[in-house]
Amino acid sequence: MNSPSVPHTPPLTQPWLKPAVKPHAAPAASETKISVRGLDFFYGDHQALYDNSLEIPVGTVTAIIGPSGCGKSTHIRVYNRIFQLYRDQRASGEVLLDGENVLAPGVDLIELRRRVGMIFQKPTPFPLSVYENLAYGLRLHYKVNRSELDGRVEQALRAAALWDEVKDKLHRSGTALSGGQQQRLCIARAIAVEPEVLLMDEPTSAIDPVATARIEELINELKQQYTIVIVTHNMQQATRISDFTAFFFEGRIIEFGPTVQLFTNPRERKTEEYITGRFG
Amino acid sequence: MRRRPSWPRKVTDALVKTLAALSAALGIVALGWILFIILRHGASALNWEFLTSLPSPPGVEGGGLANAMIGTALMTLLACALGVPIGLMAGVYLAEFGRGNRFAMLVRFLVNVMMGIPSIIVGLFVYTIMVRPVGHFSGWAGAVSLALLITPVVARTTEDMLALVPNALRESALALGAPHWRSTIQILFRAAKAGLLTGVLLAVARVSGETAPLLFTALNSPYWPQSLNGPTANLTVTIFNYAMSPYPNWQQAAWGASFLITAGVLVLTIVSRALAREKK
Repeated sequence: MNSPSVPHTPPLTQPWLKPAVKPHAAPAASETKISVRGLDFFYGDHQALYDNSLEIPVGTVTAIIGPSGCGKSTHIRVYNRIFQLYRDQRASGEVLLDGENVLAPGVDLIELRRRVGMIFQKPTPFPLSVYENLAYGLRLHYKVNRSELDGRVEQALRAAALWDEVKDKLHRSGTALSGGQQQRLCIARAIAVEPEVLLMDEPTSAIDPVATARIEELINELKQQYTIVIVTHNMQQATRISDFTAFFFEGRIIEFGPTVQLFTNPRERKTEEYITGRFG
Repeated sequence: MRRRPSWPRKVTDALVKTLAALSAALGIVALGWILFIILRHGASALNWEFLTSLPSPPGVEGGGLANAMIGTALMTLLACALGVPIGLMAGVYLAEFGRGNRFAMLVRFLVNVMMGIPSIIVGLFVYTIMVRPVGHFSGWAGAVSLALLITPVVARTTEDMLALVPNALRESALALGAPHWRSTIQILFRAAKAGLLTGVLLAVARVSGETAPLLFTALNSPYWPQSLNGPTANLTVTIFNYAMSPYPNWQQAAWGASFLITAGVLVLTIVSRALAREKK
């Protein structure tokens, strides 16, 4: 662990690790939301991430692609420190959220996780009603009275494009919804607490194509307000929804840049081999 | 290649199926037989007086076991009030907070040992610490010895049931910014509700039939339980004493008490099943 007084020099030995964005190129690319510097990650003795560095601009969608087991999920699980549930997992390096290192000791995890929401691969509705699924997070972080709560719940469900489908069954169990609806419920639950960043860990891999299309639409709308980082196995999905793409291989970030550039004109041979389907 | 003939596997299949069905039938017959005998001898002992009055001396017709019913109910309730919360919290510690640490491993081992301790030893233990020093038997000591039997069972089932809750649910509650204890009580308990309840009720059902630990602690009494500060009437020790006595009316009362306990356990089991099925 670096002592806090020593200024950290980002190990950007390879200049292409920075997003090659000109000030006028991408929307809102001026401000960095998340800056990862020299991130290493260990499962016990096994090192899963090596020296990951990247800069994610505010209000953009960043896709993380790469073959199975390359560390994509592991990487984003550092951003909200959810990995700390497991004793043998640890991270070193820096993940700066608005310039503050989330890995520093003394960070308020509750507040960090309010600011950085997460959607998982399998929909995980709580065993509560649709309404209570949303109210739970709201009550955790805000003092709200009943009518305010009603309004917030509706607002979040509308933002997740789920309101029309569930408005008549708000008090039925959230686990009784279809898979795609459950996943949108999870998105609604995550955005209800007004986060700044949304992490999505293969959010559409467990649901059908129609529901997937709806969620992709939703992601497109949500990026107006949130910075989104999405892990995906599906390269078409990455090209459809993301502004930037990071290609991971064996725990390292091989290439990171604007999605169009990465898919049409990759700098690295490894990236080209992967996106053309030669391995993975 | 020569095909394997099909008749040997068909014969094996028929044989295994028959054996399985026979074993199942044997178990059910044994249970049915027990219930039948208890019902035949016990039901005739039941009447209003039996349920509402004090026992009568040997040879005198009439009388009942109301004092023993109340005593058993009191001690079982008290034992639950002591044992269930401790067991639940220990189980939560083992499943949620102590994952993989040394102390938790030690606790888990001790819980297993505690489950295996014969109930008569628990009775003797409580006798030495709670009966000998004060010089008389007491209902408090009875309740404590029953609580010692409940605690490890509840701790184990709680741990097992929480372990069955998928990690994804645990992570999604934490990722929303819920403190670990809060997500455990509000989300995980709910997800594991059926199992937890069944565990508690089965533990209660088990101790409500225990005789040995009460023999050294609560003993028995022919009077109403005025306080738990002296020997306290209970059904199981009553059965033990009455069934061994030479008096027909006492023997009859023992059958009645057996019937009551069996019916009580049956009702608890059915209730726990029903609750477990509800809201699945």
